[in-house]
Amino acid sequence: MASLHDYLFVSGLLFAIGLAGVIFRRNIIVIFMCLELMLSAANLTLVAFSRFHTDHTGLPDYNGQMMVFFVITVAAAEVAVGLAIIVALYRARQTINVEDLTTMRG
Amino acid sequence: MNEAWLLLILPLAAAVLIQLRLKRIPALAAAVSVLSVVLTFLLSLIFAASDTVDEAVFTWAAAGDFTIKIGLQLDKLSKGMMIIVTGVGALVHIFSLAYMKDDEAKARYFCGLSIFMFSMTGIVLANNFVMMFIFWELVGFSSYLLIGHWYQKDSAAEAAKKAFLVNRIGDFGFLIGILMLWGLAGSLVFDQMALPAQGPLLTAAVLLVFCGALGKSAQFPLHVWLPDAMEGPTPVSALIHAATMVAAGVYMLFRLQFSFVDAEGIRQGWQLFANHSGEIIAWIGGITALLAALMATQQDDIKKILAYSTLSQLGYMIMAIGLAGHTETGHANLAGESGMFHLYTHAWFKALLFLGSGAIIYACHHEQNIWKMGGLAKRMKATTLTFVIGTAALMAVPFLTSGFYSKEEILLATLGHDGGMTPLFFVAAFVAFLTPFYMTRLLVVTFLGKPRSHGAEEAKEVGGLMLVPLVILAALAIASAFVIEGIGINIPAMFSAIDPRSHGHHPDSAVTALVLGTSFAALFAGVGLGYFLYKDRETDPLENNDLFQVFRNKFYIDELYLKIVRIGQDCVAAIIHFFDEFIINGLLVGGLSRSVGGLGNLFRRMQSGNLQIYALLFGGGILLVVYLTVFFTS
Amino acid sequence: MPSIAFYIFSLIAVTGAVALVAFRNPVSSAMAMTGSFIGLAALFVGLNAYFVGIIQILVYAGAIMVLFLFIIMLLDLKSEERSKPQPLMLAACLVIPILFLVQLTGVLQSTKDEPHKPLNLVASAKHFERAEGEQETIIHQNLAKEELPDVHLIGLTLFTRYNFPLQVVGVLLLVATIGVVSLSKRGSDRPAKPSTDS
Repeated sequence: MASLHDYLFVSGLLFAIGLAGVIFRRNIIVIFMCLELMLSAANLTLVAFSRFHTDHTGLPDYNGQMMVFFVITVAAAEVAVGLAIIVALYRARQTINVEDLTTMRG
Repeated sequence: MNEAWLLLILPLAAAVLIQLRLKRIPALAAAVSVLSVVLTFLLSLIFAASDTVDEAVFTWAAAGDFTIKIGLQLDKLSKGMMIIVTGVGALVHIFSLAYMKDDEAKARYFCGLSIFMFSMTGIVLANNFVMMFIFWELVGFSSYLLIGHWYQKDSAAEAAKKAFLVNRIGDFGFLIGILMLWGLAGSLVFDQMALPAQGPLLTAAVLLVFCGALGKSAQFPLHVWLPDAMEGPTPVSALIHAATMVAAGVYMLFRLQFSFVDAEGIRQGWQLFANHSGEIIAWIGGITALLAALMATQQDDIKKILAYSTLSQLGYMIMAIGLAGHTETGHANLAGESGMFHLYTHAWFKALLFLGSGAIIYACHHEQNIWKMGGLAKRMKATTLTFVIGTAALMAVPFLTSGFYSKEEILLATLGHDGGMTPLFFVAAFVAFLTPFYMTRLLVVTFLGKPRSHGAEEAKEVGGLMLVPLVILAALAIASAFVIEGIGINIPAMFSAIDPRSHGHHPDSAVTALVLGTSFAALFAGVGLGYFLYKDRETDPLENNDLFQVFRNKFYIDELYLKIVRIGQDCVAAIIHFFDEFIINGLLVGGLSRSVGGLGNLFRRMQSGNLQIYALLFGGGILLVVYLTVFFTS
Repeated sequence: MPSIAFYIFSLIAVTGAVALVAFRNPVSSAMAMTGSFIGLAALFVGLNAYFVGIIQILVYAGAIMVLFLFIIMLLDLKSEERSKPQPLMLAACLVIPILFLVQLTGVLQSTKDEPHKPLNLVASAKHFERAEGEQETIIHQNLAKEELPDVHLIGLTLFTRYNFPLQVVGVLLLVATIGVVSLSKRGSDRPAKPSTDS
């Protein structure tokens, strides 16, 4: 059976891949997807801890799963707003390539 | 509050009234001004007979234990000075009524005169140095107003500016000197100062105070403003730049000698000058007298000649004041008092000469060049007579004129303790020769011969309003040394322990003979040379002589100053420019902005605007945080 | 749960993630993301978190993926052009995740591992002894049948202990909805501003 460390490692792997995607990809929508992946990787950690740290009744610690629930909710809201911003951005700039979005250049 | 304050308040009230109410009514303004000064003169005469007044009325400034009080001191010295100031002032005011009859800014002129009378009265009556300094500056200010009365003329505006600035140099030293003297003597009130110990500090303090006199009394090297000040109306020259204001420096120095009364009631002020400061002051006076007399020999403008003669006579006075500390003890005060005595007699006859020249200028349609006059003796008999009397007094014609007595006293003072001849005696004697020479030149060229211009041909005698002051002054030029026992006031005795009728009577008769002989010889040589050299001349025979060219150009001192000022300003400007350009602009302002800019540039490089670089840095940051929190601590 | 299933689903999740990063076509990336999330959901289920696994699929693989696809199609995106990546960038985006994994490994090795233990539901049931007169709930029934009443337990926690955060999240969602509407609305027909940066 897989131990806690196995789950944590998989979670970390997914997180690292997501981070690499954020750094590497230039399409802002894909970057956004990678961010979602990183959030989910974090969720996996939470669920793993929830399962392995049982409470005094011997059941999984549902506080962790509550956290996951809220993360998913907030992520959904975030995706909605983020995508709306991307649409607005595309309307203004006709591009979603982050290399062209250098307004913050000093 | 004593009635003596009226002396100060009357002219001020007149000035204020004219400035605020009477600007549009010039005739009334003139009347008010004249009335105020005549009243002040009468009051001065009344006070001259009364007791000494010395009172501080109100505190002007207080800091801790130190208070400055405004107060009057009406003692022997200031009473006599008041009579000079208000007497000459009253006559000049009356003369001005005629002279300035048609001036456009008559009200402004009389307002200026009243302010001047107020300021000068303040100097004379001040019982402490601070108050004296305030009025000292006010005198400078009113002098500025009056020199620049015809400010439409560039030369007048320039002259007013020059007078003010040159005086400022002297006043700067004066102020420091006052502060030093306060430190040394413990008080600024004349009668409360303690006699300081001798030392370099005292020498410096006295010399710095002398700086004030240097400016105000136009001594070398700050004499340059006085000849230029002749751009003002002639009555102003008579009042301010001959008789009263320029005498303020002498008065102030003598006031210093007059103070420091010891326990036995003997004045010890001369001891202040019993060091190198006295020598320096005497030599500056001597040099001024000599240079000014030499310059006077080659001037063509009648007022300029008189101006240089004034400089020369002021040099005499300063020399006498400076010698006070170096004559024998029993005789000590006499040197200073002889200077003051000369101030007194000089005031009358020099005012007479200036007013006389004013009358001549007026008669000749504002012609000032003596070579364009000539033959005026026939046309203006009364004026000529008074002018000749004034000249005689200036030349020190023996026994008759007041100038003779005071000049004898000064010559006597220049002799050493044992009656031996000092270098300054020769200087004084030479000036005594030059004075008759240039005055004879003036007289011969102006009054004898034929008229050399249209203005001189048409000249006719001036009106009574001008003549009356001339006649009064002429009388005083002769009699001032003897007056005025008839009304019970012996004015000369206010300045001097000398009885003018026992003039020059040194205990040693050989000394007396030396002084008298020198005086006679100088007078005859000067008059004779001047008469024969200039009789019936159309132009100056010495004009093309190289040496006299130097005199004519006033020893090139003005040009020298111009150069010095220009070079000095250039240097200062270069230094300031360097400082501004490199230190302030380059290092401080520019350096700061450059370093901030460089730093900003550094950070700007990091702000590539590339989202992925941010993400990369963000990731790196996380790694760092994890490393520091997890691995680094354990 | 057998170990083999963990490895399979882990592999699916990781492969999906790698594909998400690697594909140049955004639509392919979205599909890969969905695959990765399905793998993740399976891992959740394997951890007895059935409810979370379900909403992971519903929310991510269902709603969010569709949203992404909509936007991709709305903007009519083409495949990313192959541009030569800067070597420095490429190195950095490899180094940082690898360093991260190294750190994670370090942390894992320095902490105690916990083996997988099946849940003892019978023992747990004792903690849910009914008080006298209390109605028997599904939780009791399920526990008695040695079944994990996952959804009910989440509901219990959510509506008791996390009641207030739940309402706050509700407000958050409302605000997000309004924000999205106002962002997407074309305010005016102003022409797009040309890019000003250089």
